[in-house]
Amino acid sequence: MEINLIILAVLVCSALWTVMARSLLRSGIALAFTSAVLSIIIFRLNSPLAAVFELSVCAGLISVLFVSTISLTTPLTHKEVLKHMKARLSRFWYLPLILAAAAILLSRIKIDLNLNLPAAETENDARYCLWHLRQVDLMGQIIILLAGAFAVVILFREARKNGR
Amino acid sequence: MSNLLILVPFFSVILLSLIFRVKMKGAAFILGAALSVLQVYLAIFYSNAVWNNSPFLFSNFLKLNLVVDNLSRVMLLSIGIVSFVTVFAARYIIRDEGERFNFINLLLIILAGLNGIVLVRDIFSLYVFMEVVAVVSFILIAFNKDIRAFEGAYKYIVLSTVATVLMLTSIALLVLIAGSTEFSAVSQAIKNSPHGMFVMSAAGLFICGLFIKAGIIPFHGWLPDVYSEAPPPASILLAGIATKTVGIYTLIRLVSSVFCFDSRINYVLMFVGVVSIVVAALASLGQNDFKRMLAYSSISQVGYIVLGLGCGTPLGLAGCVFHLFNHSIFKSLLFVNAAAVEFKTGSRDMNKISGLASGMPITATTSVLAGLSAAGIPPLSGFWSKLIIIIALWGAGFYGYAVIAALASILTLAYILSMQRRVFFSKLPEGGQDIKEVGFTLALPALILGAITVGVGILFPFILNTFLSSFAFP
Repeated sequence: MEINLIILAVLVCSALWTVMARSLLRSGIALAFTSAVLSIIIFRLNSPLAAVFELSVCAGLISVLFVSTISLTTPLTHKEVLKHMKARLSRFWYLPLILAAAAILLSRIKIDLNLNLPAAETENDARYCLWHLRQVDLMGQIIILLAGAFAVVILFREARKNGR
Repeated sequence: MSNLLILVPFFSVILLSLIFRVKMKGAAFILGAALSVLQVYLAIFYSNAVWNNSPFLFSNFLKLNLVVDNLSRVMLLSIGIVSFVTVFAARYIIRDEGERFNFINLLLIILAGLNGIVLVRDIFSLYVFMEVVAVVSFILIAFNKDIRAFEGAYKYIVLSTVATVLMLTSIALLVLIAGSTEFSAVSQAIKNSPHGMFVMSAAGLFICGLFIKAGIIPFHGWLPDVYSEAPPPASILLAGIATKTVGIYTLIRLVSSVFCFDSRINYVLMFVGVVSIVVAALASLGQNDFKRMLAYSSISQVGYIVLGLGCGTPLGLAGCVFHLFNHSIFKSLLFVNAAAVEFKTGSRDMNKISGLASGMPITATTSVLAGLSAAGIPPLSGFWSKLIIIIALWGAGFYGYAVIAALASILTLAYILSMQRRVFFSKLPEGGQDIKEVGFTLALPALILGAITVGVGILFPFILNTFLSSFAFP
């Protein structure tokens, strides 16, 4: 139980690091670390295949894509970053307080749903599900990747070419 | 055969990007227009049985499990028409050939995404294709790469992510109950589930996500910024069909086929619908930006669709689907007109532009037709769909909602006439004589959409006896 709580705390800290990091690159690395921690949680929940997916795709492949795209952007100067951070802190100082209050409140509430749910699907192998039962989702994801490629070309590469 | 509606646009983009990228960029325009026209033709003339027939390749190797019914065909028709109009608007407005090539590629990707939403019968697949549309919409909004467009795109992506989280949570809960993500299995499990509150929470989360995607009040914060700051062809596509398919079609499909018109959901829909109608119409009255006014008008019209759906009767469903089609046509037309005005005057401020009717007669005439249809003036298409919704509400005993819906048309008429008077029929300013009508490439879509608005209104008895009867009297 304690180890789960520690991993969850690390996950929250890592997620906060992702959104609070001063540079986009650090933010991208923090996101990869968050995905890696999440994959440990998924593994501990007895879903090793989903954990491997999370680790390889989200922590691995997506991070590589993020870093490649970030390399196409022009980073802010140190002075600009500090100004931006200060403005953000003055606007959203109350958000961590709300988060902490919500966490305390939720930990005190005990809901007993007493659900009678059907057993999880186990008869089909994950590979069979992916390649035979969810072909339409794979198709959709390939289209999303294509759209992502166009996003990089249109919003980053061509903007850079035009000096914007 | 319905698989082709996703595969053909997808492989067209691959073909264009690999073969025609360097030379013959003009092929993108021809391909985009041809695919849109083909979709319109097939949606009208091919029966559901033909659509659902799987050739050998699709029944053995690529099983996408897509289904076409009457509602899908109405949406496929609307998507085809608005895509065709957008291709022409892009050709006229985006002058740089490379940018236009990229825009039409994005249009083909979103076409695959929208068709996917309309054809799938699985809540997770639905979510995947909604994400396709969200990603492409984000790129389209930021297409011009100026700071205001990025601001609109950022707002859209943040709120879209919130919607995504709500919908994914809902899907997880529904899978717990049903053990499957197929519409039929989820619907059956909801009917038989002993956990009523749990099911309602899941349904509520999904519907809240769809409200955000559709920009319905009180989840409308992103919509006016996005519609007004996106480049004109992107505004036509987003306002005309993209948000309608993602938010409204999905809502109709889930409420009617999966949640089976639960009375608690219907009450929420009617309340949200009527609030959207009135509040957005009042907000429209106070706008000076042409496109912002149309954005609020769009929220108000969507309110009618949601109100008709919330009625929960077959007639209400027929009215809501009919108004969805009509709205996609007349709203696209109004955004085509806005694009023409912005292109010719360089402004969207209705205090600065006036008296354009003499120089731009086609734009002014089609704008009047679209505006009057939106206000529900007979015999235009919008009149009939609003009438069906009001009759359905009255017939179901929701007299108060019926009266508010009828009276709100006066508000619509007020902001539409105010806009027409200020932009087209007031005194021509000095130097305004130089403003001439847009070219054939942008006038043609306006004329086609105007003809559909008038034609659907005049041919209403035929439409009632053919496709509307399948919804109203199943």
